Amino acid sequence: MELIVCVKQVPDPEAPPASFKVDPATNKVVPPPGVPPVISTFDETAVEAALRLKDAKGGKITVVSLGNNLVRDVVKKPLAMGADQLILLEDPVYENGDSWSTAYALSMAIKKIGSFDIIFCGRQAADWDAGQVGLGIAELLGIPSITLAKKVESVDGKVKVERIVPDGFEIIESPTPCLITVTNELGEPRYAPLKGIMRAAKIQPTIWKPQDIGVDPAQIGASGRRTKLVKLFQPVKEGKCEIVEGENAADAAAKLALRLREAKVL
Amino acid sequence: MADHKGVLVCGEAIEGKLAGVTAEMLGGGRKLADKLDEGLSVVLLGSGVKGLAAEAIACGADKVYVVDDPLLKDYQTDAYVMAMVNAVNQVAPRVVLMGQTSMGRDLAPRLAFRLQTALSMDCTELDIDAQSKALIQTRPVYGGNARAVFTTESLPQMATVRAKAMSPLPRDDARKGEVTDITAGIDASKIRAKFVQKVKEEVTGVKLEEAPAVIAGGRGLGGPDGFKQLEGLARLLKGAVGATRPAIDNGWVPTSIQVGLTGKIVAPELYIAIALSGSSQHMAGCSGSKTIVAINKDPEANIFREARFGIVADWKQALPAFTQKVQELLKE
Repeated sequence: MELIVCVKQVPDPEAPPASFKVDPATNKVVPPPGVPPVISTFDETAVEAALRLKDAKGGKITVVSLGNNLVRDVVKKPLAMGADQLILLEDPVYENGDSWSTAYALSMAIKKIGSFDIIFCGRQAADWDAGQVGLGIAELLGIPSITLAKKVESVDGKVKVERIVPDGFEIIESPTPCLITVTNELGEPRYAPLKGIMRAAKIQPTIWKPQDIGVDPAQIGASGRRTKLVKLFQPVKEGKCEIVEGENAADAAAKLALRLREAKVL
Repeated sequence: MADHKGVLVCGEAIEGKLAGVTAEMLGGGRKLADKLDEGLSVVLLGSGVKGLAAEAIACGADKVYVVDDPLLKDYQTDAYVMAMVNAVNQVAPRVVLMGQTSMGRDLAPRLAFRLQTALSMDCTELDIDAQSKALIQTRPVYGGNARAVFTTESLPQMATVRAKAMSPLPRDDARKGEVTDITAGIDASKIRAKFVQKVKEEVTGVKLEEAPAVIAGGRGLGGPDGFKQLEGLARLLKGAVGATRPAIDNGWVPTSIQVGLTGKIVAPELYIAIALSGSSQHMAGCSGSKTIVAINKDPEANIFREARFGIVADWKQALPAFTQKVQELLKE
């Protein structure tokens, strides 16, 4: 099967919340010093979904990532996990886009890749949490889409997906080519084995500039935005936790219950 | 585009009743419509949904558009996008609101791209700029670490709304409204990804979203046995057990009890967070709780920045003592 996975490099969402800073002058996040970026969590799960399908049916996985100043060790992680090819849409012009401009550029890159069976995306990126790019790509390419997948199988030339809903899951079947967004319930992504890391080191990513994918520069990156970011700010937290003390854990716990009763919480 | 007017809510039904988030959007949408001095309408899509029209009016809608079609019985992306494009083209609203639900997450982006318009997902606040009549869209970003405020120029302006972010109006059965049928306009041959069946994961006891108390556990509980021990406390408080994403990803508990940005949004009277660090992603699902109580052995854990009361203790020693004391106090 020909599989494509879209991944995004983001500031590490597991960095301590206390290290999170916004520069109000630029409306941008200041990356915490010394914390390297990562592949967005759900995108790594999307890579895992593609790898499971490749394990079962064979085929080739092409990873596409859009951005600028992409850290090679970071964006190569899917290769180390077992993907075959990496295409980077890397140029300053791609920066500061929104869901529209990003989906447009990725859809044009996928058109250039040509034929494929399934495109995998994470359900949402760990930075802007928009959850639109995958569906935008599907719409721009005119292919069916299935969101929030926790299991993906290929059965008789169709894909069968278990889609998470609040009280269980739905089974959805779709013809290919299609696009699937993946959720964390699929399970933990595999570790990159040493052999994979060494193999990935030897693979040179293909770089596509805007002219390579035939995009109108007015429609990508910041100039292609359809949403205007008025303000980015950190909500103020009161942070007044009353710590109940005790002689030991059990005593503190009992006193906590008493305090909650006193405060009419219980 | 000048003739786009009013606020249109895309309604949802759950088990034959108007979904909570739909009533909340009608409450929030009413304020937006009043600021615009324009109408508030709701579109009900489904099969056999016309009976909900009166409830939607009682919740604040001026107009109800009913799109009743057997092809809309179960949610299917292509069918719902076609029906919504049809409805939006007929109603020509200035603002379209949908719930940040499993349907809204799937439908809203595809619809926005089809309509060539912009969309903000998972908004927690919406307002109208009096002068430009622009929809001011505020949403949590970076896993809840920051808030972003957006405006968009294309019409309709679209947003999905987080559960419990807005308040429903007091129900008023004397309210008058107009009900109009719209044809779905679905070409069945264009439904590609098809719904096959739904598999329910039964959760016994109190429903998480409705529970007055939620006892939530995280990675620190160490495994499914740790979660079993939360159940006693949950029963005492007539509450439900919740979990963080790592606990779900490790397969310790069913996915349906995940609380957080990508799980359920809860706002109980009492939220007891046990052996969980309080990541922004998790807090996005419970920060609306009235009182948050933390039990964690790490005094630096972020949960102590979020909680009102807490103890720094190992849950293994603290939980039995806490549960016992609660039991005594409740008996009094």
